[in-house]
Amino acid sequence: MTTLLPTILFLLLLNNLVLLGMSRLRGLIRLTAFQGILLTALLLCLDHALLAGAVLLIKGLLLPGLLMRTRKGLHAATSLKPRLHRGLGILAGMAGLVFSLWLEARLLILPDLFPPLLLPTALTTLFCGLILVVGRTTALSQVIGYLVAENGIFLLGVPLMTAGAVWFELALLLDVFVAVFVMGIAIHHIGETFESIDVGRFRSLRD
Amino acid sequence: MLEALLFLPLCAGLLMLAVGNAALCRGLLPLTGLAHAALSLLTAARVAHGETPTALGGLLAPDPLGALFLTLASLLFLAASIYALAYLREEESIEERTCIQDGRSFTNAPERRFTACLCFFLAAMSLVTTTPHLGALWVGIEATTLSSAPLIYFHRHQRSLEATWKYLIICSVGIALALLGNILLSVAFYAPAGGGGSEMPAGDMNQMGWFIQHAHTAAQPWLKAAFIFLLVGYGTKMGLAPLHNWLPDAHSQAPSLVSALLSGALLNCALLGILRGHQITLAAGLGGFSGGLLVFFGLLSLITAAIFIVGQGHYKRLLAYSSVEHMGILALGTGLGGLAAQGALLHAVCHSLTKCMLFLLAGNILARYHTFSSYDVRGLRWIMPVTGALWTAGFLAIAGSPPFGVFVSEFLILKGMLAGGSYGVAVVYLTTLAIIFVGMSVAVLRMVQGNRPADMPQNQREALLNVLPPLVLGLAVLTLGLCVPDWLWHFLQRGAALIGG
Amino acid sequence: MNQGTVFYLIQLFLALILAPLLPGIINRVKARFAGRQGKPLLQTYYDLARLLRKGEVIGRTATWTFSAGPGVALAATLCALALLPLGGAPSPLGFGGDFLLAAYLLGMGRFALILAALDTGSSFEGMGASREAAFSALAEPVLFLVFLMLTSLSLDLVRHTGQSAELVAALSLSAMFGGQATEAWLAGRAELLLAPAVFFVLLLVENCRIPVDDPNTHLELTMIHEVMVLDHSGPNLAMIVYGAALKLWFFAALTAGLLTPPLPLWQQAGLCLLIILALAAAVGVVESVMARLRLTRIPHLLGGAAALASLALILTQVR
Repeated sequence: MTTLLPTILFLLLLNNLVLLGMSRLRGLIRLTAFQGILLTALLLCLDHALLAGAVLLIKGLLLPGLLMRTRKGLHAATSLKPRLHRGLGILAGMAGLVFSLWLEARLLILPDLFPPLLLPTALTTLFCGLILVVGRTTALSQVIGYLVAENGIFLLGVPLMTAGAVWFELALLLDVFVAVFVMGIAIHHIGETFESIDVGRFRSLRD
Repeated sequence: MLEALLFLPLCAGLLMLAVGNAALCRGLLPLTGLAHAALSLLTAARVAHGETPTALGGLLAPDPLGALFLTLASLLFLAASIYALAYLREEESIEERTCIQDGRSFTNAPERRFTACLCFFLAAMSLVTTTPHLGALWVGIEATTLSSAPLIYFHRHQRSLEATWKYLIICSVGIALALLGNILLSVAFYAPAGGGGSEMPAGDMNQMGWFIQHAHTAAQPWLKAAFIFLLVGYGTKMGLAPLHNWLPDAHSQAPSLVSALLSGALLNCALLGILRGHQITLAAGLGGFSGGLLVFFGLLSLITAAIFIVGQGHYKRLLAYSSVEHMGILALGTGLGGLAAQGALLHAVCHSLTKCMLFLLAGNILARYHTFSSYDVRGLRWIMPVTGALWTAGFLAIAGSPPFGVFVSEFLILKGMLAGGSYGVAVVYLTTLAIIFVGMSVAVLRMVQGNRPADMPQNQREALLNVLPPLVLGLAVLTLGLCVPDWLWHFLQRGAALIGG
Repeated sequence: MNQGTVFYLIQLFLALILAPLLPGIINRVKARFAGRQGKPLLQTYYDLARLLRKGEVIGRTATWTFSAGPGVALAATLCALALLPLGGAPSPLGFGGDFLLAAYLLGMGRFALILAALDTGSSFEGMGASREAAFSALAEPVLFLVFLMLTSLSLDLVRHTGQSAELVAALSLSAMFGGQATEAWLAGRAELLLAPAVFFVLLLVENCRIPVDDPNTHLELTMIHEVMVLDHSGPNLAMIVYGAALKLWFFAALTAGLLTPPLPLWQQAGLCLLIILALAAAVGVVESVMARLRLTRIPHLLGGAAALASLALILTQVR
């Protein structure tokens, strides 16, 4: 157990950086699914079996499945030139990692709450999600970015979970699921109306 | 009874989705609004008498602050649902719909989905305003985003889709940051096992009460960080500058009654999220820090709104920026505390009523003139006498001129500022209000005045359901301007006492 | 001579003997994947013997630089290989900071070959030389990033044991590849597994394997290494082929050194040898399942490797 936890966290970090470097939507969705599975493994490590099951179901299976279906329903080209160059994205992710490590080193207040490397991993995941949201112009990768950012926040909350708060985590998962569901519908409409899911074209509403 | 607040609109929405015929939807919608308004007024009365009603094991337990916003949301929903009857009938009668801006034809979303989402929206807002659990609050606010996104996309054309997408993504990411704030809050209150601190009892839903009670034991840096994230997260949803980008788009593209609800009820709910954080920092003795941030963002919103309102040709965007302005005033007032906080709560009430009225009127104007541009609307007082008069009155009210309620509340906030000795803030506050007054009056008067346009159909009467809700709301604001009833004032004071007023 | 030195010499001898086996293994694996019988495993040995017997043709414009190139390259690779600890036996030539020497010896060998290619005066070879220079310039920072990570790791280990006198010795290849890294990642520091992964990528790049370069073609305009040595023949070509095999062995040994846990001397050496052979097979698999990358994509591959290396470096600095 003790050796497994750092390995999972490391894999999460690696997964994040690969996400930033990935250009094709299919790969992005698969990596999100993998992230869900990693989160499940992490929860199992920390003995939250019920929640692990829910996370596996929603983040590992349902959400990627949903995104895959949305992607298949699109007629438009699904690989677009990102707003931020992918290499820059990876660099930004690295900078996020370094920043969160620096932050962890400065915040030596609660050594017993967070296992080593959990705080920086969570923050880096959050940063990577935000970079995806900002740096990509396809609607679907923005949703994936949202999902990844949410994963990071979820990860940060894992050590604080108590037995009494499982209902809240479940409600949160449900919320995220519905959010992605609604976004999926919106993307479907975007694909139909604009014949592309490039949100960089959204320029008609401005002052 | 409290459960009904949550489950009544939820069940009504599900019923609409399941059955789905237009008559049922249209009948059920105002009925739900009416029942919900009655229930929430009852709840507010109980809270005003010092009771603390609880339900669902403590998950729902409104305090004066929450009860105030609950009642507001509920009343606005009632007004909007009555307006919706006329609106939906009119929408149904339109044969061919074309987008006003680019002329392409579009379709509407199914009506039952629209009414059901309205009900879900109400349920989510009820959860937000009644729960003392910050996690449930978060879930509720995210639920308001998700249930209102389909409402914005009622008219299925490119622009509304664009607005919906921006709304969904920006608000979802923002609210995710608020979740981070929640987690940081738990970290701040984390007590290592056996370290002498007390752990929050499992299964206790009254998180707010527990946090406030133990605020002095919290780790202050984490608490500050938590407040910042709560402010940024819920501030996005509330439309504080510079996080307000989605707001004018969504408010201008949504059907008018949805804009009215978004602006009058939803923004208040997001404000409530920030105020919850403010309550905790106040209890921890960090009121200066959180208040200062609120004042800063409030001023920033005021200035931003002033810049965008001047010369704004799109009258629904004008109203949206006015919402940004008033959210700024609310943040300013609550941040300053004292009398200003009491004024801010009164302001929340007056702003919601006025803004709801104005958006409903904007819907009437849009339906008649088929344009968003205030330059193309002429002679409102000839074509639509009631709407025109109300539009003028609403403008005077929202811009803060006497004898309307907004004047009283803005004046109270100013008094609070001067009493607190923040003269610089007062100067900026007055200047921006003056600029906004001028900026808005140009557009509004241009619309009301002018000759009767020749190409408009003459003598078309205004439907009663279209003007009754705005009229009632306007009268309410006027009453609040003439005298604030004692019971309301006591209630507001009790609410303000929670946020340092 | 003590036992370690004898052991080292035996292993170095084995490396020199077995190195030409690696291309044979790669080719055999590729052939199997394609469903063919394939060349014999020892084909490289036959080639070498044949080339050594042959005479040499030298272009009219070529000078001594052309003839000297392969020799210098082979000598440099040999010296670099001699610095490498083989299977747990530290190199008697090793000293603190010898990884710099090893890296630049390889660089010097490449430089000699590039000079020789330019010396032919052919534009075709010049193009190959320029590409080779460009990609190796991109690969070098990656190599040093990994070395940086490994040195900091071995310095940490020395500091932990408290032998501050050995701080300098900790900077030698022999200390870095002693098997401590493997012990650490077996104990849960998964980021150290990135180092062998990056070394494997470098192996593919430096030895001109697919997906960077196709070693089997002389015909395309896109090839890199093979076009550079097109004019060499006879014994000089034999030296190039043998040098390439040694270089392959060098990188495989680097990778294997990070994957072998510290065991008794014989076992560790045997395991190391097995891993090297397995790596050759892995290269064959990679070449069979992957297509060659477009030339403009190769910097992306190296950038990715650099990102992995810096990730590992950052994470080792934290622990």
